[in-house]
Amino acid sequence: MPETIEKTPVKLNVNGKAYARNIEPRMLLVEFLREELDLTGTHVGCDTTYCGACTVLMNAAAVKSCTVFAVQSDGAEILTVEGLEKDGQLHPIQKAFGDSYGLQCGYCTPGLLISTYQLLSHNKQPSEKEIRKAIAGNTCRCTGYQNIFKAIQLAAQNKTGA
Amino acid sequence: MAINFGGEEKKWVGKALPRKEEDRLLRGRGRFADDIKLRDMAYLRFVRSPYAHARIVSIDTSAAEALAGVVCTLTGKEIVPQTQPFIEIGPDSKVRDYPFAVSKVRYQGEPVAAVVAESASIADDAAELVQVEYEALEPVVDAEQALQDKSILHEEAGTNKIWNGVFEYGDVEKAFQDAASVVRIDRLHFHRFSSTPLENNVVIGEWNQKDDHIYYSCNNSFPSFAIQFLSAHLNVHIDRIRVQTSDIGGSFGIKITSYPQMAVVALASKKAGGRPIKWVETRSEHMTSSAHGNERTFRDTRVALDKNGVITAITSRHIDDCGAYPRYEPLGCVIWSQVFPGVYRFKNARIDFTQTVTNKCPVGPNRGYSRMQHLWFLERVIDICAHELAIPGDEMRMRNYIRPEEFPYTTPNGCVYDSGNYPRMLELAKQLIGWDEWKKTQAEARKQGRLIGIGIGTTLDSGTNNFGQSQIVNPGAPFSGNSQGANCKLDIYGEVVVAVGSCPQGQGHETTAAQVVADVLSIPPDLITVRTGFDTERNVHTGFSGTYASQFAVSGLSAVHGAAQKLKAEMKRLAAFVLETKDDDIEFGVGAQGPELRAKSTGKSINYWGLANIVNVNSAVLPPAMYDITLNCRYIWRAPFKVPDKQRKYGNLTLTYASQLHIAVVEVDRETFIPAFLDYVAVDDCGTVINPPIVEGQVYGATAHGIGAALLENCAYDAVGNMLTSTFSDYTPITAVNMPKIKYGHIQTPSPHSYSGAKGMGEGGAAPIHTISAALQDALFSNGIIIEDSFNNADSLFRALVGKEICQADKLVKLERRAS
Repeated sequence: MPETIEKTPVKLNVNGKAYARNIEPRMLLVEFLREELDLTGTHVGCDTTYCGACTVLMNAAAVKSCTVFAVQSDGAEILTVEGLEKDGQLHPIQKAFGDSYGLQCGYCTPGLLISTYQLLSHNKQPSEKEIRKAIAGNTCRCTGYQNIFKAIQLAAQNKTGA
Repeated sequence: MAINFGGEEKKWVGKALPRKEEDRLLRGRGRFADDIKLRDMAYLRFVRSPYAHARIVSIDTSAAEALAGVVCTLTGKEIVPQTQPFIEIGPDSKVRDYPFAVSKVRYQGEPVAAVVAESASIADDAAELVQVEYEALEPVVDAEQALQDKSILHEEAGTNKIWNGVFEYGDVEKAFQDAASVVRIDRLHFHRFSSTPLENNVVIGEWNQKDDHIYYSCNNSFPSFAIQFLSAHLNVHIDRIRVQTSDIGGSFGIKITSYPQMAVVALASKKAGGRPIKWVETRSEHMTSSAHGNERTFRDTRVALDKNGVITAITSRHIDDCGAYPRYEPLGCVIWSQVFPGVYRFKNARIDFTQTVTNKCPVGPNRGYSRMQHLWFLERVIDICAHELAIPGDEMRMRNYIRPEEFPYTTPNGCVYDSGNYPRMLELAKQLIGWDEWKKTQAEARKQGRLIGIGIGTTLDSGTNNFGQSQIVNPGAPFSGNSQGANCKLDIYGEVVVAVGSCPQGQGHETTAAQVVADVLSIPPDLITVRTGFDTERNVHTGFSGTYASQFAVSGLSAVHGAAQKLKAEMKRLAAFVLETKDDDIEFGVGAQGPELRAKSTGKSINYWGLANIVNVNSAVLPPAMYDITLNCRYIWRAPFKVPDKQRKYGNLTLTYASQLHIAVVEVDRETFIPAFLDYVAVDDCGTVINPPIVEGQVYGATAHGIGAALLENCAYDAVGNMLTSTFSDYTPITAVNMPKIKYGHIQTPSPHSYSGAKGMGEGGAAPIHTISAALQDALFSNGIIIEDSFNNADSLFRALVGKEICQADKLVKLERRAS
């Protein structure tokens, strides 16, 4: 029978704001974001690192937050979908997804926006192949990806590299 | 955006209006069920069977209950005295279906108990502590074996057979006597897969002990169906069950059958003293135990053809596998017959249809539900006959298609195809893909030994069901017709608010409903609020409300249109009274005071606030003759259906028939046997289009589901019923790297059966599955291969081409040519 689990302190910066919490070491980063910080834009789709609905930026690298323990992100800078907009204005990547009808149910969208952010921060003019590769770990069950490809191309054209 | 009076009337229906849903979803501010937290909420975890078929000897929950933070546990034995078994749709069904296995388990992943705890992680820990002793029984995973009844799942029923019926029309025997050739196909098989919405099932339920109401926030996609099942099961008046949905992360039909989990959550809440309980399904739970699509085997098919290759008759035996419990079944045993002849003209046919249970996950409606299996069968018949008779696939279709001038077309079983033009779609698809060029390329490539195939799939997406078809499977079923509700009101301050009985999952209902109302009231859609999600307490649902079966554009928008018309008529009467003029002197538009109504004769106007003010808070100025005006207009739209003839299995089963025509060019690698796309085109016809990019998005999405199903996605079981694809890493949903670029085209043949000419179109007929099977057969036919399964990956193509274990034309197909 599991004994009472000792809590561990973590401090991290999410969307520019500092947070400190005592948490169970087994708590996943995605649970931390959703349950502790109420940042529910980051979603869980598969629990096993396939679908990427939980993708966030951790120290400028896209990670699947369902496969990172919150304690592993101690001291890290995290960017989630909620941190993309600025002064109420959509980030150009968000706008490009909207303009291209690059979402339907919107469940995968936060993860895709973050993966796109990561791609365009390294590669201002990605080829179609590079786009496909960059979002290979983001499953979308609604759009058939066609309008997502268009959205990422549009975001790149608008020179929106993060 | 303002519409001024006297200007050209602006129509919003048909425009590429940006979606109203987008802003919140892009900002991460969508409200999905798992985002909801309630005060004092506890968390539920299921304990599930590792066996596919076993007797439950004992369940010991004491260790789980002793764990700190555990609120309670729940087992099947406990709930039986408190509940009725779920309603069975089948006739005289002896199946007793509870949300837990009671004395035995019938599929791997079936819930046997639940634990409720203060946190999700304590619930996880506690579930591990529940001790269940099983005595394994012989599992049966194959439908044809199940029908031998050697191992019976539901002893009370005495058989695994759930339903059988013969659908016979025309003069089959004469057609075979007169045939110039007869093709026999021993076996075809449509595999089991699921559209696996990215958001798993979620239920938050509270059985409030103070008011004895049950409150649900969940992502069920057919709540009005769920409450009918829950009310009877839980012995609770249906009006005491409130179901709310908000944003839903996809359903594709799969979330229709989450009512058993909803029942458990309510019962657990009751045991926990009325606390709200949250259950969030894991992906593995979703894969093993939510719902899969129907698996179907087609046996002993005989096809009669005339000397021109025109099919004159088909006979066949179809065996549908519904998994361990029928649940929504046996409705699938008749729903396929909405598209009985597919897009083809044959008049004579006999289909002997049987459904059986097996020790696998229960099935549920899955995008293309029950029709796609049949359409795949018909497309296989067309291509196999074409290859046997050496008729090109395009030519074979042209000879057999229902002709454009024959619409509205009555099928042999009485369905009325509203409109369509299949030859025109084929022509457009060929043009878009560059058919002649590909034919040349293919011929050249074949000389080099490359395996390139070009395949066509022509399919139907029948939308807006006549629920009277349920009486064909069960003459006592109390369902017929179809209806949807909507409400359109001016709120106290004159804001236009629309509520619909659908529960969308990305189909853009908020947007398209606003477009319809904008046209009725001549105001921009920005000024119209459409309520998100579904809520029984909005009182706009009927027993058919929900989002399923490709119907919103017809049933949902017809209801919205009706409610808006009602509101408009009331506004006009009221404005005429205030402005002291006649009703027909009133015009609608946007003026200096925002949206308003104006008297053409005098130029005087009153805005929406002014009208709403009179009715809601200034009603002493209203004459009694106008007390019937509420500016709060509920409208129920009803589909013009009749109850079908149950004996003949004859009648119109669906209101609209959208059609799809896809062409794929596929190459099978000679070394790896991996099939790859060289080109792909999807042409769609859903009648009048409400919002073109939304329609295009649905086509792409349905195409991805079909391609995934054809090549990647298979709910595989081993011989003893272990599910082998219980994670996404095993199931491999289609990704951005294996989704080809789609060329898109469309034609519009407006439906005479809907007010706007639109047809429902969300499911897409699973066109890629048929198209890819056709392309693979075209690539491999010269190697003696007939594609016999709807699922084909590198492994199965290797087994066909090298192992010669499957898909062997000489074993599966026989052609008999008769002397003329």
